[in-house]
Amino acid sequence: MTLTDTLHTSLKSVMSYRVRSLLIILAMALGVAAVVVLTALGDGARNYVVNQFSSIGTNLLVVLPGRAETSGAFLGAVLGQTPRDLTLKDAQLLGRLPQVRRYAPLNVGAAELSAANRLREVTVLGSTAHLIPIRHMKLAQGSFLAHGTERSAQIVLGVKIANEFFPRSQAVGQRVRLGDSRFLVSGVLASQGESMGYNTDEIVIIPIDYAQAMFNTTSLFRILVEAKSHSEIESAKQAILASLRQSHDGEDDATVITQDAILNTFDRILHALTLAVAGIAAISLLVAGILIMNVMLVAVNQRTEEIGLLKAIGATSTDIHRLFFAEAVWLTLVGAILGFLLGEFGSLLLRLTYPQLPAWAPAWAAIAGISVALVTGILASILPASQAARLDAVQALSKK
Amino acid sequence: MIRLTAITRTFYMGDQTVYALNNINLHIASGEYVSIMGPSGSGKSTLLNIIGLLDKPDSGNYELDNKLITDLSETEQAQIRREKIGFVFQSFHLVPRLTAAENIELPLILSGMPPAQRQLRVNDALQAFELTPRAHHRPSELSGGQRQRVAIARATIMRPSVILADEPTGNLDHQIGAEVMLLLENLHHGGTTLIIVTHDRELGARAHRQIAMRDGKILTDQTDDAH
Ligand SMILES: Nc1ncnc2c1ncn2[C@@H]1O[C@H](COP(=O)(O)OP(=O)(O)OP(=O)(O)O)[C@@H](O)[C@H]1O
Ligand SMILES: [Mg+2]
Repeated sequence: MTLTDTLHTSLKSVMSYRVRSLLIILAMALGVAAVVVLTALGDGARNYVVNQFSSIGTNLLVVLPGRAETSGAFLGAVLGQTPRDLTLKDAQLLGRLPQVRRYAPLNVGAAELSAANRLREVTVLGSTAHLIPIRHMKLAQGSFLAHGTERSAQIVLGVKIANEFFPRSQAVGQRVRLGDSRFLVSGVLASQGESMGYNTDEIVIIPIDYAQAMFNTTSLFRILVEAKSHSEIESAKQAILASLRQSHDGEDDATVITQDAILNTFDRILHALTLAVAGIAAISLLVAGILIMNVMLVAVNQRTEEIGLLKAIGATSTDIHRLFFAEAVWLTLVGAILGFLLGEFGSLLLRLTYPQLPAWAPAWAAIAGISVALVTGILASILPASQAARLDAVQALSKK
Repeated sequence: MIRLTAITRTFYMGDQTVYALNNINLHIASGEYVSIMGPSGSGKSTLLNIIGLLDKPDSGNYELDNKLITDLSETEQAQIRREKIGFVFQSFHLVPRLTAAENIELPLILSGMPPAQRQLRVNDALQAFELTPRAHHRPSELSGGQRQRVAIARATIMRPSVILADEPTGNLDHQIGAEVMLLLENLHHGGTTLIIVTHDRELGARAHRQIAMRDGKILTDQTDDAH
């Protein structure tokens, strides 16, 4: 029997047992589709988070007061120590490190903004001009603390606030009151939307000195540092820690988080999560495999007479083996391809429903899903096929 | 061409031993028309199955065309079944989901013949057995006589040298049975060796050589001189 004839003959019998075949194909297809859609979801989430983190800056390091290690913090608390604050002086020291391109001290608070008979509470960021490029923010209009105006009472408005307070007129050049102080609107942020926790469209930015005065503090919430290059991130981190230790009398009381490390952690966690859901989805493929084995065993039993007849007219055991094997391969192959298409369609629907989520199934997942389906189908057909091939012709023919 | 020497075939059913064939010696020459008769359980089907290589004797020698069958591998035996032997059964044994034409085509597919050639052969066979209008009908849509004609067409499509028919008219009424017998006898006239197992004395008598069996043994073996 030629290979073409084996494939053709088995395809015909697959098609003639329509309901049975459709059910198996469906089971296989759903398994593969589950693998594809779930990995698309997992990988989409991973890419989403990675993109979000990448968008907040380049080669970014964040310095915050206090030790990150729980044990250290606990010990400090027991001994009644509070971590030393970060100050503007600290920030200026970091700015002189050779690995650092630029830095921005940061204070965050809330205050009432009033102008043009309107009043609302806004989130206030106090910083320097460098905050804008370090945090990848853009000004739609105007400037912030341009050269020569570093000490002036300027304020930058988020686009939504600007539109709210000055719907009809140009915001830049207007005077507003924030808390008890007056500010000159020097710029408006370009719309960025939600990014890492707060909406940059609804914040205002003022010079750090004014912010510290307004919130009555000398300490900083954070210092944002941009390393000169990606390769200098780690050495910048060490230099920052060393510099702070020196100015804090030898105490290690600051923490430096690199954007890179966070990115890697999230990347790893979400990748592991993707693998896990893929694995869970793959279990449904095994179930489909067992279904195939069961259905094929029943088929061998139902078609005993046919198998006996084939032997009587000269089929070898190998022919019979191949015929049943090919049937299982057809069922799994069609199921796997259908499942792949179904999964891709599902991913497309996900992307259409959540445009910000890049839900593309990674190639490895599609390949693994289809391969696992094929391997299970083939393994599941071994037993029934060899059972068919072993049948005794005379007994098979006399079975009624 | 068929030479059986001291063939035995024994079945064990629990603690019972059934000697289905008990020391059978038989020689059938090429082109003979042989009928095998005998009561139920006398071993007729077993004998036919061994001649047709569907079953293996427990002891004894079987030579087909001067080749010792017991020396051949399973694959070689399948090839002989495919090329030299055509089986016709009482219950037809057609594949229910295949059409008449597809059932007839099966042995050609197994032999690896290219599709175009198969088509020609099948069309010839359909015509020869007056099945052309029924070519695309499934067995369930055919009458008993038509089904047996499909089975005979399938048995002869490879142009075998031996036709083995186990009660080919057993499921057919008298009239249709007689028509089927005529078809088989036509094959014999074309030179094919024809071996028929039957319960019907009248049909058995039409063969040129009549073998009677009982309890796994050949009781009588007579050849008509008239033929
Ligand atoms: N697979 C088997 N297992 C056990 N015993 C068997 C088997 N096949 C045949 N026999 C026994 O062997 C003997 C001969 O059987 P066989 O089928 O050759 O008889 P037969 O002459 O064809 O009978 P019938 O006219 O009823 O078809 C019977 O006693 C039968 O019960
Ligand atoms: Mg019988």
